[in-house]
Amino acid sequence: MERKLMKGNEALAEAAIRAGCKCFFGYPITPQTEISAYLAKNFAKAGGLFLQAESEIAAINMVLGAASTGVRVMTSSSSPGISLKSEGISYIAGSDLPAVIINVQRGGPGLGGIQPSQADYWQATKALGHGDFQLLVYAPASVQEMVDMVVTAFDKADQYRMPAMILADGFLGQMMEPIAFPEIKSETVEKPWATTGHGNKRAHNIVNSLYLKPEQLEKNVFERYERYEKIKETETDAEMYLTDDAEITLVAYGATARVVKSAVNMAREQGIKAGLVRPKTLWPFPVKQIKEAAKSAEKFLVVEMSMGQMIDDVKLALNCSKPVEFMGRTGGMIMKPAEVLEEIKKIGGKK
Amino acid sequence: MTNEIILAGFGGQGILFAGKALAYGGLIAEKEVSWLPSYGPEMRGGTCNCSVCVSDEPIGSPLVNDPDLLIVMNTPSFEKFIGTARKGAKVFVDSTMVDVKSDRKDVECFYLPATQLATDNGLNGMANIILLGKLIKETGILDLETVEKAMAKCIPPKKANLLEANMKAIKIGMNYKD
Amino acid sequence: MAVVFERPKSLVDVSTHYCPGCTHGIIHRILCEVIDEMGIEGDTIGVCPVGCSVMAYDYFGCDMIEAPHGRAPAVATGVKRANPDKFVFTYQGDGDLAAIGTAETVHSATRGENIVIIFVNNGTYGMTGGQMAPTTLPGQVTQTTPYGRDPKIQGYPVRVCEMLSTLDGTALAQRVSVDSVPHIREAKKAIRKAFENQKEKKGFSIVEVLSTCPTNWGLSPTEAIERLRNEVMPYYPLGVYKDKEGENND
Repeated sequence: MERKLMKGNEALAEAAIRAGCKCFFGYPITPQTEISAYLAKNFAKAGGLFLQAESEIAAINMVLGAASTGVRVMTSSSSPGISLKSEGISYIAGSDLPAVIINVQRGGPGLGGIQPSQADYWQATKALGHGDFQLLVYAPASVQEMVDMVVTAFDKADQYRMPAMILADGFLGQMMEPIAFPEIKSETVEKPWATTGHGNKRAHNIVNSLYLKPEQLEKNVFERYERYEKIKETETDAEMYLTDDAEITLVAYGATARVVKSAVNMAREQGIKAGLVRPKTLWPFPVKQIKEAAKSAEKFLVVEMSMGQMIDDVKLALNCSKPVEFMGRTGGMIMKPAEVLEEIKKIGGKK
Repeated sequence: MTNEIILAGFGGQGILFAGKALAYGGLIAEKEVSWLPSYGPEMRGGTCNCSVCVSDEPIGSPLVNDPDLLIVMNTPSFEKFIGTARKGAKVFVDSTMVDVKSDRKDVECFYLPATQLATDNGLNGMANIILLGKLIKETGILDLETVEKAMAKCIPPKKANLLEANMKAIKIGMNYKD
Repeated sequence: MAVVFERPKSLVDVSTHYCPGCTHGIIHRILCEVIDEMGIEGDTIGVCPVGCSVMAYDYFGCDMIEAPHGRAPAVATGVKRANPDKFVFTYQGDGDLAAIGTAETVHSATRGENIVIIFVNNGTYGMTGGQMAPTTLPGQVTQTTPYGRDPKIQGYPVRVCEMLSTLDGTALAQRVSVDSVPHIREAKKAIRKAFENQKEKKGFSIVEVLSTCPTNWGLSPTEAIERLRNEVMPYYPLGVYKDKEGENND
């Protein structure tokens, strides 16, 4: 398979085309605009539809409309734009619609900055809109994973009838790395619920998130949470790097995990038994993998490009059985491997 | 073996292109590579830089903090990055654009009047490639055949006729002696 | 015995939640008559708003989607772009369309989105209990303008058809009323024309239907019709504001 160099954002877009995405609705925002630009240029040739919406709010609702008719549909944005989309995402989840949403994170809050960040972890995994619901959240750490995870996101969104998010960051969006596009075998899922016009052959379909009777709404949410339990069992994914004998285990995702992996290698060269758990799914969070790492690790160090958000999930997974330290940079700053190594040494020395 | 490279200059000097050519060369030579640009308002006329990693092993952080190879094409970039070059680094400076020299003894600096050389040879706008040629010569990071293949990949099809000029620039850089 | 009057086939045979005397029922009916007459129920997808007609998905027999507040034109855009050969309409009130959803309305119009919008203008937020709407008349008392709408404080009402008629993408902008049988007939003709426009790919068609809200206006149904005729219709003149006759978007 020929490898070629591609920017992360463009790879996301090309992967979506190959995954059978039919519609994309977007709105420009740095650092993810290349996704729109790529699709504007190449999507129609592949039989897809690209439309630049008047706002992020309109874009996500166009996604809702297209998803209601059963086609594969995607939108992308960066942090402030995702906040605008949150209303629509809640409706999409409440209407049990599959859709793929890309967040190429930048610094916040407010207008923040345009450099890479991971400060939208809570938003993605806990509260992307009002109400009881979750999104599948995938965290790529390379351009190749951007490709692979977009395909998975489309498949799983269809399978579980729910929105899926790729939580990337400005680094991954902007960087080029060699990638290969695998032969994509997306499974076509029957969508008998889709509102495509009943053709006078069936009762009318209704795509809806309104349930005025509390009993009915509760039942509806319960059903969704049963699905979530199944997802937790089957879809959780993490990379375990040198964790078997690690005394200090680091936890990091996305671009940060690359820096941390370099630091872990440096630590190993110096005889420090360090390891890394890299969550590839942020929801569902790899609780089992963290617990597994705790069998050998005495201490945990969570590294994020934020003030500390994923650390909550690591602590919950460990149920306070092991000390969990934190190291973070924010606002678009990224830590250097040497700085992480210093932290490993510092914490490693603490008893 | 890992090379961590920074290329820096003004927007419009072809910094990102030269970095991309280098990364593609690494890819063709079956190495692991990454290319990370500065992005945002910096792109529009201000200073511009990119990090390129070429390695035999998977690449950790794509952001280069202490390069072992550095190309600088203007004075602000020279001042910003010369101090970050690691001990033993090779530094390639467009001396047409940068009128200062480093007093660092622990790095090896090559001063090429690349912009002047480009103009003299009818290769306006290819000072970046001349510097790249010198870097290739001094490091042996890529062979000439690989460079040509990489250039062919990076030059958009509409400008394919520029391949020859680019290769000429590479050779000027390779053959330049102080 | 010959049947001379019956429920339109595409209007589901259930009781609605609308208040007595509300004109939503009439508008639902004429919309469904048009769908029946054109034989397009099986090829139509409707989008409901948030507001009194939020549950219209239970009343229209075609496939239906319930949109977030104000976003129905964006949802309809998504449906139509993915299914260009299907008929797509939204059914929206004045708060939904002309306040929170203004951007979606204006931009779907200016894109010439090939959809139909049925815009029910009764000058109040009915579902939430009668607050000021963007179309509430100057001086009109509502829950949030207890001393009457004062343009110096709350600004002026929006005339939607007039505004949208300035946009090149609008194929049809027509204001109708349901205060009398002749006007109801005219309203139905306008809705038919909007759907025919969609069939012919002419672009964005909006039919604004001036409507009553006896409950929140604090009037009997008959008095509400009187007010519609004497106060509302003079402020919002009926008529065709834009009609892109003969053009084709293909």
